[in-house]
Amino acid sequence: MLDSTRSDRLPAAPGVGYKPQHFDALIRAPEHRDGPGPVRWLEIHAENYMGDGGRPLAQLRHLAERYAISVHGVGLSIGGEGPLDADHLTRLKSLVGWLNPASFSEHLAWSTHDSHFLNDLLPLPYTKATLSRVCAHIDQLQDAIGRKMLLENPSSYLAFAESDWSEPDFLAEVSRRTGCGLLLDVNNVFVSATNLEFSPTGYIDAFALDKVGEIHLGGHDEDEDDHGAPLLIDSHGREVVDPVWSLLDYTLDKSGPKPILIEWDTDVPDWPVLLNEAVRADWALSKLAPTAVMA
Amino acid sequence: MTQSQTEFAEALLAPEAPVPGGLQDAAGRPAGRRFAVYRNNVAASLTEALHEGFPAVASLLGKENMDGLAGIYLRQHPPASPLMMHFGGEFPDFLAGMRQLSHLGYLPDVARLELALRRSYHAADAAPLPAERLAGLSPDALMAARLQLAPAVELLRSDWPLFDIWCYATQEGAPKPQASAQDVLITRPDFDPVAQPLPPGSAQWIAALRVGHSIGEAFETTLEIAPDFDLSAPLALLLEGGGLTDLMT
Repeated sequence: MLDSTRSDRLPAAPGVGYKPQHFDALIRAPEHRDGPGPVRWLEIHAENYMGDGGRPLAQLRHLAERYAISVHGVGLSIGGEGPLDADHLTRLKSLVGWLNPASFSEHLAWSTHDSHFLNDLLPLPYTKATLSRVCAHIDQLQDAIGRKMLLENPSSYLAFAESDWSEPDFLAEVSRRTGCGLLLDVNNVFVSATNLEFSPTGYIDAFALDKVGEIHLGGHDEDEDDHGAPLLIDSHGREVVDPVWSLLDYTLDKSGPKPILIEWDTDVPDWPVLLNEAVRADWALSKLAPTAVMA
Repeated sequence: MTQSQTEFAEALLAPEAPVPGGLQDAAGRPAGRRFAVYRNNVAASLTEALHEGFPAVASLLGKENMDGLAGIYLRQHPPASPLMMHFGGEFPDFLAGMRQLSHLGYLPDVARLELALRRSYHAADAAPLPAERLAGLSPDALMAARLQLAPAVELLRSDWPLFDIWCYATQEGAPKPQASAQDVLITRPDFDPVAQPLPPGSAQWIAALRVGHSIGEAFETTLEIAPDFDLSAPLALLLEGGGLTDLMT
C-alpha cells in the first residue's frame, strides 16, 4: 500500500534548508560563482507552506522544477499523548499531494498539548507506552499521506528516569514496526552525547544505518548545567563544528553516501557562508572510499 | 514514575513552577537548568514570532515593553495550531484590554493592520481584472456592475491616523502623524502587500462592494456619509493594486 521507493529519491548529495533570502542564489546557473554550487536538493518546513498563496508557494513551485524537495514537518507532534491533529494531517496530505516531494520527514518529539502548539520539539521517555503511541501515529500519518516517512532523532538536554530503551534501539524498533525510514541528525547525536555523557560513535554503531534516508547537520550553542558540565543547545544558528564533521565522516564510512542537509534557521547567513558548509558536505561525500560508495 | 505531558507543558509555561520529577541528567541528578532550555526555547521562539509579526507595534512600544507583553500574551494565548503564520490573532484585543496601555489607544489598530498585512501576504493568488473590462462599459452598465475583490485585499477602518502611525513606526524619517482618522486599503500587486490611506468614504464603498452591492448601489450609500465622495480614487487604487479579479454585469 505504501510506496517505499519515494523516500530514496533524494540524491546522495548536499542539500540546504531553504530560506527565502537565498532564492536568487539558488536559481542562478550551476556554474555561477555565487550560484548553488554542489547543492542538489532543498528542504522546507512544511508548516511555512500551508498558506493559500503568495510568494512562499510561488517560490516553492519554481524551485521544485529544478531541485528535489524534502518536506520536513515541525508541527505534527508525533509523540504527543493526545490524538494527531486531524486538520494538520489533512494539510500535510494536501501539501505532499500537490508537491510530490522526494521525501517527507518528522521528529521523534511532541510539540502540541491540549491543542496548544508550543513551537519546540519536546522530549519523550523511551518506554513501551511511548513506542506504541509513536508507532500508531506514524501508521496514521503514513496512511494519510500515502507514503513512507523518515523519523528524526532529537537533540536531548535531559533524560527520563523511566526510559528503558536506548534511543537507537527505540528508533530501530519504530522503523521495524511501521516501515518508516530514519533521518539521522549527526549534530543532534553530538549534542545529546555531550549532554547525556554517552559515546557519539557508540550511538552511530548502534543506529540502524540501513534505514537512514537523510542526514542532518547544523550548528549548536554552548552553555553549562547547574554543575558546570557542558550543555549544548541545538540552535541551527552557526557553522557545523569540527567534531560534528568528524562524526559525519565516521557515519558515512559505515553507511555509505547519503543525502546531507545543512540546517541554518536562526541568524541566517548570506549565501556564500551557507554554500561553504554545503561544499564541505560535498567533500565529505567525495572522499568516501570506493567500497563505501558501492555499498 | 510516569512523566505526563500535562505536567511538562504546564511547567514549561510557568517560569516559577518547580521542574517536574522524573527528569534528570546523566548521573541521575534532577534536571534543573536542563529543563530551562525547553522553557527558554518556547518563550524565546514565541516572543520572537510576535516581534516578527508585529514590527510596528514593537517599534512603538520599544523592545523591553514588547518582550514583557509577549511574555504575558504567549501564556494567555499560546498558538492554537502549528501554523505560526496565524500566531497573534488575539494580539489586538489583548493590547486593547491592557489597562497600562490605555494611553496608546491606537495600538490595537496598528496590530490589526499588521495582522491584515500578514493575511494578505499568504492569501490565495488571483489573476487581476484588466482595466479594459471597465473601460468598455457605458456609464449605466458600469454603475450596475458588481466587482469581485481579490483574496489579498484587506480593509481597515480606524478612528486614528492609522496609516501615518504605521509609517512613522516602520519607516525611517516618516513624518509625525497628524490627528485625523484614516482608513487603510491593502492590495497585493505582486507578492508584497501594499498599504495605502483611503480618502473619506472609500472604505464604506469598498466594504459595500465586498458584500455584493453594485458599483452604483455602493456609491449611493457612501454619499449618505461622505457627500463629496469620488469613486474614481478607490477604484484606481484597487485596479492598480490588482485588487479586482472579476466584473459581473
